[in-house]
Amino acid sequence: MFPCVPNRATRLEQGGKVRRGQCPDPPRFAGRCMPLPVASGPKPPKGMDGDALSRLFPILTVLAALVAVWYAGSVWMNSGWTLAQAERSGQELSLSEIVADAMVQERPRLPPPHQVLAELKKTVIDTKVTSKRSLVFHSWITLSSTLAGFTLGTLVGILAAVGIVYSRTLKMALMPWAIISQTIPIVAIAPMIIVVLASMGVEGRAVPKAIISAYLCYFPVLVGMSKGLRSPDGMQLDLLKTYGANGRQTFWKLRFPSSMPYFFTSLKIGVAAALVGTIVGELPTGAIRGLGARILIGDQFGNPIMIWAALIMAACLAAALVGTVAGLQRVTARRMGFSR
Amino acid sequence: MFPVLIAVVVWLAAWWLNVRIAGSAWRDSRAGRLAVPVIFGITVLVVWECLVLGLRVSPVILPAPTAIAARFAVSTEVLWGDFVQTALKGAVSGYVIGCGAAFLVSLAIDRSPFLQRGLLPIGNFVAALPIVGTAPILVNWFGFDWQSKAAVVVVMVFFPMLVNTVQGFADTTAMQRDLMRTYSANYWQTLLKLRLPAAMPFIFNGLKISTTLALIGAIVAEYFGSPTRGMGFRISTEVGVLGLDMVWAEITVAAIAGSSFYGAVALMERGATFWHPSQRS
Repeated sequence: MFPCVPNRATRLEQGGKVRRGQCPDPPRFAGRCMPLPVASGPKPPKGMDGDALSRLFPILTVLAALVAVWYAGSVWMNSGWTLAQAERSGQELSLSEIVADAMVQERPRLPPPHQVLAELKKTVIDTKVTSKRSLVFHSWITLSSTLAGFTLGTLVGILAAVGIVYSRTLKMALMPWAIISQTIPIVAIAPMIIVVLASMGVEGRAVPKAIISAYLCYFPVLVGMSKGLRSPDGMQLDLLKTYGANGRQTFWKLRFPSSMPYFFTSLKIGVAAALVGTIVGELPTGAIRGLGARILIGDQFGNPIMIWAALIMAACLAAALVGTVAGLQRVTARRMGFSR
Repeated sequence: MFPVLIAVVVWLAAWWLNVRIAGSAWRDSRAGRLAVPVIFGITVLVVWECLVLGLRVSPVILPAPTAIAARFAVSTEVLWGDFVQTALKGAVSGYVIGCGAAFLVSLAIDRSPFLQRGLLPIGNFVAALPIVGTAPILVNWFGFDWQSKAAVVVVMVFFPMLVNTVQGFADTTAMQRDLMRTYSANYWQTLLKLRLPAAMPFIFNGLKISTTLALIGAIVAEYFGSPTRGMGFRISTEVGVLGLDMVWAEITVAAIAGSSFYGAVALMERGATFWHPSQRS
């Protein structure tokens, strides 16, 4: 969201201070934009009257279309098995029979939505939360690792940003490597982190997962905060100098508060990235608990419905996490008087 | 303990040198900007080597950089084969298909405000999801070879690319569009002469984000089944037999591949958006 291309959301959050087509603060390292793990886009354009219905209607229409495509796809993909069965027994099947069979297969190639919903209901509502079959239980495992990694990554990001803002040497030495670190596919390192930590005597998978998600999450925070901490202009810094403010006061009373909009924007990207990191950490490593592990187990046992249910659950988790950060942002902005 | 001492000395000396460079007259020159991170990187390698030697770290936990380099030199052929399989066949083909498809879809979306309002929030949402989780499903659908890897990459890069491109197409002012209208430009002329160039920074932003995602997708997909070559395959099998020097050699390849892929797109961006404020130094 904060690469040097100013987008609508950043412009809005800065109260429209940034002039169109101009970088708020062109990142100077190597003169290029940075990669971000997750793109995030503009706010949906408001309808003329801006009421909820006119905004929701297009979204719901598209969602309905997606569900329709999903059903069509599952009929198409599952029909292969049905037709092969029928051919073996020498039967002729009508279209309606094929469709009916596609809806109820035990191991469909693409399970139709209602099967996934039934699985979700079974594993979320009908199962006790403490049971190992409950998706809530697995979500909790994933969530706790995500939050640990998110906290760690955010702290590292903030500290590095403060260092970069205050020390030219650090900025010149660290920033290129921070960018390169993000072009290394983290998944390449994930299995190794787990093995190494295990041989160093760290039990369980919580720590390695948290490290992986911190690795993905620190970078957006670092970039956003180093931009945010540098966002006060010369006039404001001069004013503090005329007040005789020392370095610490300048930081806490000017730089830190004015970095908040940038901070929350990068937190939103960071928390989504942290979740991706945790799930990636669970996928290739033979974990047995967590949403990624459910996907893995579903794959090993040839149970696509289980994979899809875990995916939907992960999506809900992502929505909840990003939504929470957005809510925090709104509250903070109101408290600090940023909101319009 | 002697190597540890060397590590400390090297660290302090390099830091002193970097501070001097950063404070000197050529801190803004190209050489200075290049020298500082390079010195930092070399220092990290030297300190790593010394610490591994001095503290007698087992190669199962952390092999020394020289051991990794030796392994790299011995097995260039295997590494090249893995690189071709994963990066060129899997990641690049998926990247081209995914970004191309996203570009075309965003052109379609751009013509319909209704689709914009409906698809964009969903696209934004999906771009934040852990899509890597679909890897086992796609491997199941498309088989073990590079086609399934490309499919994972397509799904992963599609939405970030879509969101960025649509956003880019919306980034012209009413004044600019009105000007095109007074020239009586039709849709395609407006698109080619005004909106596409204006969208370029956003498009390249999406392309750059996608480079990293593409490699991640291709490697993760290999954990769920692949022919007996490929970076993800090699890493997971070598971790299994504790051949960590080979794992690090693969990571080096992944880092070089990722950085040069990203660098190539950034270079293209320089050529295509030389007029944008962020490209002027």
